[in-house]
Amino acid sequence: MLTESQIERYSRHIILKEVGGKGQQKLLDAKVLIIGAGGLGAPVALYLAAAGVGTIGIADADNVDLSNLQRQVIHFTADIGKPKVESAREKMQSINPDVNVITYIEWISAANISAIIAGYDFIIDGTDNFAAKFLINDACVLAGKPYSHGGILQFVGQTITVLPGQSPCYRCLFPAPPPKDAIPTCSQAGVIGVLPGVIGSIQATEAIKFLLGKGNLLTGRILMYDALDIKFRDVTIKRNANCPICGEHPSITELKDELDALTVCDLKEA
Amino acid sequence: MTITINGKETIIPENLNHTIDSLLEEIDVSQRLYVTVELNEEVLDRAAFETTPVMEGDAIEFLYFMGGGH
Repeated sequence: MLTESQIERYSRHIILKEVGGKGQQKLLDAKVLIIGAGGLGAPVALYLAAAGVGTIGIADADNVDLSNLQRQVIHFTADIGKPKVESAREKMQSINPDVNVITYIEWISAANISAIIAGYDFIIDGTDNFAAKFLINDACVLAGKPYSHGGILQFVGQTITVLPGQSPCYRCLFPAPPPKDAIPTCSQAGVIGVLPGVIGSIQATEAIKFLLGKGNLLTGRILMYDALDIKFRDVTIKRNANCPICGEHPSITELKDELDALTVCDLKEA
Repeated sequence: MTITINGKETIIPENLNHTIDSLLEEIDVSQRLYVTVELNEEVLDRAAFETTPVMEGDAIEFLYFMGGGH
C-alpha cells in the first residue's frame, strides 16, 4: 500500500496509464543491481532511486577521484577519496529515503558475481572494461537474469538489453573480448562528460520498463548514439547459433575471468 | 555496385570482386581486426571474412567494441 506521501512523491508516475499505483508498487518491490558506480552508474543510480525502485544494489571497489567528477554526476567534490558506493548511497537515499541501498565494495569476479546477482531482478552493466562486461554477460546468461549492457567511448555510445534465452546476448555480437590494450579505454582516449548521462539514462529506462512489463525493450537490436552527429541508430541483431554461451553448442558453461582482457590500466581506472 | 554500409548507400567499384575482408581494408574500417560484421542482419563469423563475397544490395553493419562506462 502506498502511503500518502508516496502517492504525492510518485504522482507523475501514478497518473501514467503504463504505471499507475500498481506499477509504482512493482517498482517499490523490485531489486536492481548496478555494477559500476561511475559514468553510466551515476545517472542509473540517481534515476532509479528517484523512481522508487525499492532495493538498489551498487558494486564498485573504487574511491572517488577528482578526474571522475567531469561525468560521474552522483559524486561531488567533497566526496573525493570516499568509496564510490558510499558516495552514491548517500545521494540516492537523500533523493529518496524509501530506497534500500545495498553496497558492495568489491570488484566483481567469476568467484563472486553469481552470489551478488542472485537476488536481483535486473542488472545494469556500468563497468569500464571488457573483462567485466563479458563476465556480466556470462553470469547473467547462465543465471537467466535480464540485464542492460552499456558502452561508451569519446563521443559514441551503445546499449542493448539482454533477456537470456530469448534475445541475443553480448557474445552473440562479440564472441570474445578484444586482446589486451587493443581498444582504448576512456581514460586513454577521453569521453565527453554528458555521454554516459545519455546512455545511462537509457539503461535506467530499460530497467524501469522491464520492471513494469511495459513497452518494447531494447532487445534484438543494438542502439548506437553519436553525440557529434547527434544521431541515434539501431541495428537489428539476431541470436547467433554459434554464440559461445547462448548458441546451439555453447563452449562456455561456467564462469571464468577473462584475464587477457583485463589491463592494469582498467583495474586502476575501473 | 550499390551496398548499404551502416545504413548509408555506398557505391563500390564492381571490378574489385570484394570480399568482406578486402572491403574492410579498402574502406579502412577502424578496429579492423576486432570489428563485428553483420551481413544482411546475420553476424558473420570472422573466419568467413576472406571467403564471403560482397554482393549488390548487401546491407553491412560494422559493430565496434566500446569498453568505457566509468
